[in-house]
Amino acid sequence: MKSLDAYRDEVQVRAVFDQLARVITREWTLMEVCGGQTHSIMRFGIDQLLPKQIDLVHGPGCPVCVTPLELIDKALVIAARPNVIFTSFGDMLRVPGSTTDLFQVKARGGDVRILYSPLDALRIARDNPSKQVVFFGVGFETTAPANGMAVFQAKREALKNFSMLVSHVRVPPAITALMSDPANRVQAFLAAGHVCAVMGYWEYEPLAAQFRVPMIVTGFEPLDIANGILAAVRQLEQGRVEVENAYPRAVTREGNQPAQALIAQVFEVCDRKWRGIGEIPQSGWRLRDEFREYDAEQRFDVGSLHVNESPLCISGLVLQGRKKPNECVAFGKQCTPAKPLGATMVSSEGACAAYYRYARHTFAVVG
Amino acid sequence: MCLGVPGKIVDIYEASGLKMGRVDFGGVTKEACLEYVPDIQVGEYTVIHVGFAISRLSEADAQETLALLREVGAFEEELGAPNEIT
Amino acid sequence: MITLQCPLPLRDYPNIVMGHGGGGKLSHDLVQHLFAPAFDNALLAPLNDQAVFAVEGARLAFTTDSFVVKPIFFPGSDIGALAVNGTVNDLAMSGARPIYLSAGFILEEGFALDDLTRVVYSMAEAAKRAGVQIITGDTKVVEEGHGDGIYINTAGIGIAPNGVNIAAANARAGDAIILSGAIGLHGIAILSQREGLRFDSEIVSDCAPLHDLVAAMLAVTQDIHTLRDPTRGGIASALNEIAEAAKIGIEIDERAIAVPRDVASACEMLGLDPFYVANEGKLIAFAPSEIAPRVVAALRAHPLGRDAAIIGRAVTAHPGMVVARTSIGATRVVDMMIGEQLPRIC
Repeated sequence: MKSLDAYRDEVQVRAVFDQLARVITREWTLMEVCGGQTHSIMRFGIDQLLPKQIDLVHGPGCPVCVTPLELIDKALVIAARPNVIFTSFGDMLRVPGSTTDLFQVKARGGDVRILYSPLDALRIARDNPSKQVVFFGVGFETTAPANGMAVFQAKREALKNFSMLVSHVRVPPAITALMSDPANRVQAFLAAGHVCAVMGYWEYEPLAAQFRVPMIVTGFEPLDIANGILAAVRQLEQGRVEVENAYPRAVTREGNQPAQALIAQVFEVCDRKWRGIGEIPQSGWRLRDEFREYDAEQRFDVGSLHVNESPLCISGLVLQGRKKPNECVAFGKQCTPAKPLGATMVSSEGACAAYYRYARHTFAVVG
Repeated sequence: MCLGVPGKIVDIYEASGLKMGRVDFGGVTKEACLEYVPDIQVGEYTVIHVGFAISRLSEADAQETLALLREVGAFEEELGAPNEIT
Repeated sequence: MITLQCPLPLRDYPNIVMGHGGGGKLSHDLVQHLFAPAFDNALLAPLNDQAVFAVEGARLAFTTDSFVVKPIFFPGSDIGALAVNGTVNDLAMSGARPIYLSAGFILEEGFALDDLTRVVYSMAEAAKRAGVQIITGDTKVVEEGHGDGIYINTAGIGIAPNGVNIAAANARAGDAIILSGAIGLHGIAILSQREGLRFDSEIVSDCAPLHDLVAAMLAVTQDIHTLRDPTRGGIASALNEIAEAAKIGIEIDERAIAVPRDVASACEMLGLDPFYVANEGKLIAFAPSEIAPRVVAALRAHPLGRDAAIIGRAVTAHPGMVVARTSIGATRVVDMMIGEQLPRIC
């Protein structure tokens, strides 16, 4: 297997973009759905090499960004409890709730720990039987098999001191919501390669047909993204509308069937709120009744919370691809990664943070 | 949204009733859960996300992608001299 | 009357968070908005890693540093050697030859004497290797639960040669930027032992004294403008501090920066950027571009500088900003680290 360097090679990437320049005849608006791809695009400066006719807008695929504020506030309340070990992926620690973040909770004595895998939380639960161990189970379809397995395994081991604060979201309903919006400008999608590694891409075929929009299953390396863009533009120029797999080394049409089976066993589809966007029907997963006892929202009574979002922040429009981060009046001024107003400035996959971190030399900040 | 990193399976075993393995990420090894790649063998490649193998990597597909690119790259090579930073 | 005014950027954090000690933006804010104005004086103001001043004809360099690393023994080194080398390096980054160190120990009740012995002998060995003497010290014990076994503070004094004037603010547009070797080893070696992220590798800390490397460079030219050892916050934070202090822009080429394969792999696995990972045995030098190749050659002749290379240059454009040319030939901003670098997993 080739090392990642092969997919990050200037000559290779430029060769794909040269082809792209020969194919493209007019302006096209493409959306990369996944925050990991947004990060790659800004981290490597892929957008700087694109033909001017391509407008790349950034989608809502960052679980850290779209986790509802209410849930962040609940996490903060639970994490501050004396008998709780609160565990999370690293990205979630700096996400601002209404008044504070998990780092501040930790600073005031909360036992907040960064984990690599949700299975590590089970180990902590086994080792600390007198504590309640909570895992902040955020994610898209890619992460659902891991989080689902942690809950499944907790039940199998009859672990009584483990629970999960679940905020799982699904891509297809979000694409439906974006495409149904009259303000939509997106003409082709780069679908998220790792979501498709789990779910396959058969779910996207009816969506592509319904909205007449090409969808390219795309990986995360610069070459993968360049190839995804080239495939999308080829379809657009030729008037084709297909779901195409530009990441065949990791993705099949059917996806990972054992993973899908476990997801179906542990989770059921529900309506879910997306931070900055609002409620999207059928866009979430929650624990099924058989696993409800592992739901942290059930286990901890967090009462009613008053949530408070910044009035300046336009992260919702950014997440829907309707505004670029640098079109926000607060961008780089009141809102920076050190002092974020909204989640898109926090997560390294958030479009605002990626713009600020990697690309603020390439444009003038408005306002 | 989903950091997935390619790695090579170097060992397969069972722990707490789960199929687990050690995965080599180019000189760094870490444990991962292999429940979702039940047929995978030592020496094969997989994509790991948050400690779980979510996909078996197809070496043939990877080689093919790169081979195609090499062809494209071959006659573009003269463009490859890194420019000065401006 | 003295009024206590909480400086604005600190108001967002009513409590100290880990990032305030992380060497990135939060540490920087704390120093810039609290310590510097409170202690206000001309020697402190440049905010170098050490102060250099004249005493009866001799130019002395003076510095202090505290070590709270966890675990105290880690692949390739330990807290004792780190405490010696860290302070030796802070002195060396002014061009000074380190001579004397102090050692202050804060020990937690219950800490194993065997471990303390190991740490102390490691310090003794590191001091011998660096050619310094530990000539004064102090010991305090805190109650169990009030410390992580052992914290060490070291202060150091060195002699700065006449005619050498090295400071962050002295970097100039046109300077070549030299890096003495591969990055990320120390931070990743520590991370590999961290609860919750633990992984196996052969990566060991690069912890080493750098004053010999500095002497080798000064033997080529006294015209070294700036030296920094990119510890916490990595080369990204060190370069940003220099860009800000000298009011210059910085351009680096990612492909010129050596990242060992296993360090790169660990960073991929955890979603980290090696530019922000700590080093304990590397230095960054700014020198006029015409003599830079000779400086690099001098570094390469030393075992600690074998992989030295020119990684970029200082420019007049975008003052205060560090811009990198990426592997695909585009550019990106390399920001100062904000708080702690978090594994990007999701």
